[in-house]
Amino acid sequence: MSLPEDSVVRDRSLAQQRARSAFWFLAPMLVALLIVAAWPLMRTIYFSFTNTSLTNLYGGEWIGFDNYLSYRQLSSGRVIWRGTLVDPAWWNAVWNTVKFSVISVSLETFFGLIVALVLNAEFKGRGFVRAAILIPWAIPTIVSARMWGWMLNDQFGIINDMMLRLGLIEQKIAWTANIETAMIAVIVVDVWKTTPFMALLCLAGLQMIPRDIYEAAKLDGVNPIKTFFRVTLPLVKPALMVAVIFRMLDALRIFDLVYVLTPNSAATKTMSVISRENLIDFDKFAYGSAQSTLLFAMIAIFVSAYIWLGKVDLSGGGRK
Amino acid sequence: MAQTIRKAFYGSVAFSVLLGGVAAADEITYVSGIVGNAVENFKEIVKPWEEATGHTVTLVPMPSSTTDQFGQYRLWLAAGNEDIDVYQTDVIWAPQLADQFIDLTEAAADLAPQHFESIIESQTVDGRLVALPIYTDAPALYYRTDLLEKHGAEVPKTWEELTETAQMIQDAERAEGNSDLWGFVWQGNAYEGLTCNALEWVKSFGGGQIVEPDGTISIYNDQAIAAVELAASWPGTISPEGVLAYQEEEARGVWQTGNAVFMRNWPYAYTLGNSDDSAVKGKFGATTLPTGGGNDESAATLGGWNVAVSKYSQNQEAATSLVLYLAGKEAQKTRTLIASNLPTIIELYDDADIAEQQPIIPQWKDVFLQAVPRPSAPTKVKYNEVSSKFWSAVHNTLSGDGTAAENLELLELELEDLKGGGW
Repeated sequence: MSLPEDSVVRDRSLAQQRARSAFWFLAPMLVALLIVAAWPLMRTIYFSFTNTSLTNLYGGEWIGFDNYLSYRQLSSGRVIWRGTLVDPAWWNAVWNTVKFSVISVSLETFFGLIVALVLNAEFKGRGFVRAAILIPWAIPTIVSARMWGWMLNDQFGIINDMMLRLGLIEQKIAWTANIETAMIAVIVVDVWKTTPFMALLCLAGLQMIPRDIYEAAKLDGVNPIKTFFRVTLPLVKPALMVAVIFRMLDALRIFDLVYVLTPNSAATKTMSVISRENLIDFDKFAYGSAQSTLLFAMIAIFVSAYIWLGKVDLSGGGRK
Repeated sequence: MAQTIRKAFYGSVAFSVLLGGVAAADEITYVSGIVGNAVENFKEIVKPWEEATGHTVTLVPMPSSTTDQFGQYRLWLAAGNEDIDVYQTDVIWAPQLADQFIDLTEAAADLAPQHFESIIESQTVDGRLVALPIYTDAPALYYRTDLLEKHGAEVPKTWEELTETAQMIQDAERAEGNSDLWGFVWQGNAYEGLTCNALEWVKSFGGGQIVEPDGTISIYNDQAIAAVELAASWPGTISPEGVLAYQEEEARGVWQTGNAVFMRNWPYAYTLGNSDDSAVKGKFGATTLPTGGGNDESAATLGGWNVAVSKYSQNQEAATSLVLYLAGKEAQKTRTLIASNLPTIIELYDDADIAEQQPIIPQWKDVFLQAVPRPSAPTKVKYNEVSSKFWSAVHNTLSGDGTAAENLELLELELEDLKGGGW
């Protein structure tokens, strides 16, 4: 009579034991995360509510939400709003960042999928091509930004030279300096750099699809385009959604590419660029912290919304 | 084999004991932004000091943009970094970094009076001398003597003349097939260098100096608008459109490959332009920057570099000895001869060797005496933000985003907001 109960107890204690040992195995990583991620994050958020300056990191006083939004009434009765939430430079940076992220991630997903489809096909030398295509991703961003900076140079750049020779343009274009083309240049370089990464993630997704589905489709005489939209795309979608989220996280905090490739003009300044400027150059450490905090909050909200709306399965394995 | 290794080991121990016994040889770390041949030049300049004291100096090179350097220095100093002993600092940084450097007043008691008084003053904050000048800087107009002669043109005295002459020569040369030639190259990237360029336009038009020494904001006026408006007509006509992303070295690149008629740049470009691999060697001269808008006084932004000892340095004694040497007569003379940097020791302008090997330097004394300081003294710790707002307003105008009048009016408002109750 008591036997089944006994085994339930034993099962439960076994489960508890497993959970305990799992916790101990994870503990070092949790501690590391607390030190390198949670602590700096909390400190930044704390700084954003103070008037700390970089020269005196420990002398800041609590000033509440003033770095975000505050108002002062002038003697004439006019009310002046201050803080980063009414700072046009900040909203310009937000707009730049969003524009950059949406366009570049869309392009990268599109091209990444195409590259992955090509690589998924059987052909001679596939291993070599797969390795070769990863090169842009392997080059550090700073290096590729500099390299592209030279290639896009208006006077000596190879891009202008080639386009001139091909008769595509009439005169040399200052790609990174002109406010109309600077953002395009940044996006092009980012797409060049990150498409391999997207391709890799898409390829992993493609390889999960069982081959017999395609054989069945072939036997039924379904044309390849229909096969792609009805079979490949739905099946690769979970992998694609995860890939997009990874890229989006990266793109929203873009800094190095913009900073190195373009002049420091309002046309390309992103949220990270502008908060760094306040943190370090302008002696407004607290204000910059407020902007960093907003950047963090925006990324957190965006990613949560995306996971929720897109029903992205981050647990892996497709189990719900 | 083992024998030799053991021998070498004992040998090196004996050697280091010996060294330690003779003198504590310190290793000084010196950090500086790099343009042109700065790394090679620095080695040559410090060699006599290294030989005399037995200490060694390691140069840590930084990007050439002063704005980038400042950010890095700021972080290091805020973190109390002990790795850097000596910082090479821009003339505008003294008020912002004063707390992080040691007071050199006593150590430099004999040396300081030999320098231009205004420069020593600019590095003195609340009675503390925080940095010593190693050279001063005032930009000049570089012009191609061969091209001016060929097309029968004079060296322009005003910005308007420069615009015309540059256009005329550029058109004529291009018609002859010299399609890469541009009229005028300068520094239009949105950084501290654009503040220098634009301050020169504004001041030489009689439009004041952004924020006056007494703290009043003066930038929104007709002369300043006219000056910026004229400059905005250059990109795409006499200057390549890419000038909006140029710093000093990019401008020098176009110039030194022989592709520009005029260039605005600092004295360091003089020696480099006359180096053996330069396409313009012996084909150019340098003069004071033009005036404009009917005003007859030209203006050159006062630049210049200084050396300061970090409060966090573990080798303050040796570091102080190094900065005294670098700011001293011997090092400044060497620097002038090999790098055409302007000395800050008054006496050197009458030095016979300098007059012979760098004939341009004694003439530069006049450029330097007309130099206009950036408003770093009146705006104190807010200077960087003032400068950034100014260069942004100008960069926007140059890129065609709003007119000069619109942008400068907005700038005035922003600066007033920033000023608040006072600088």
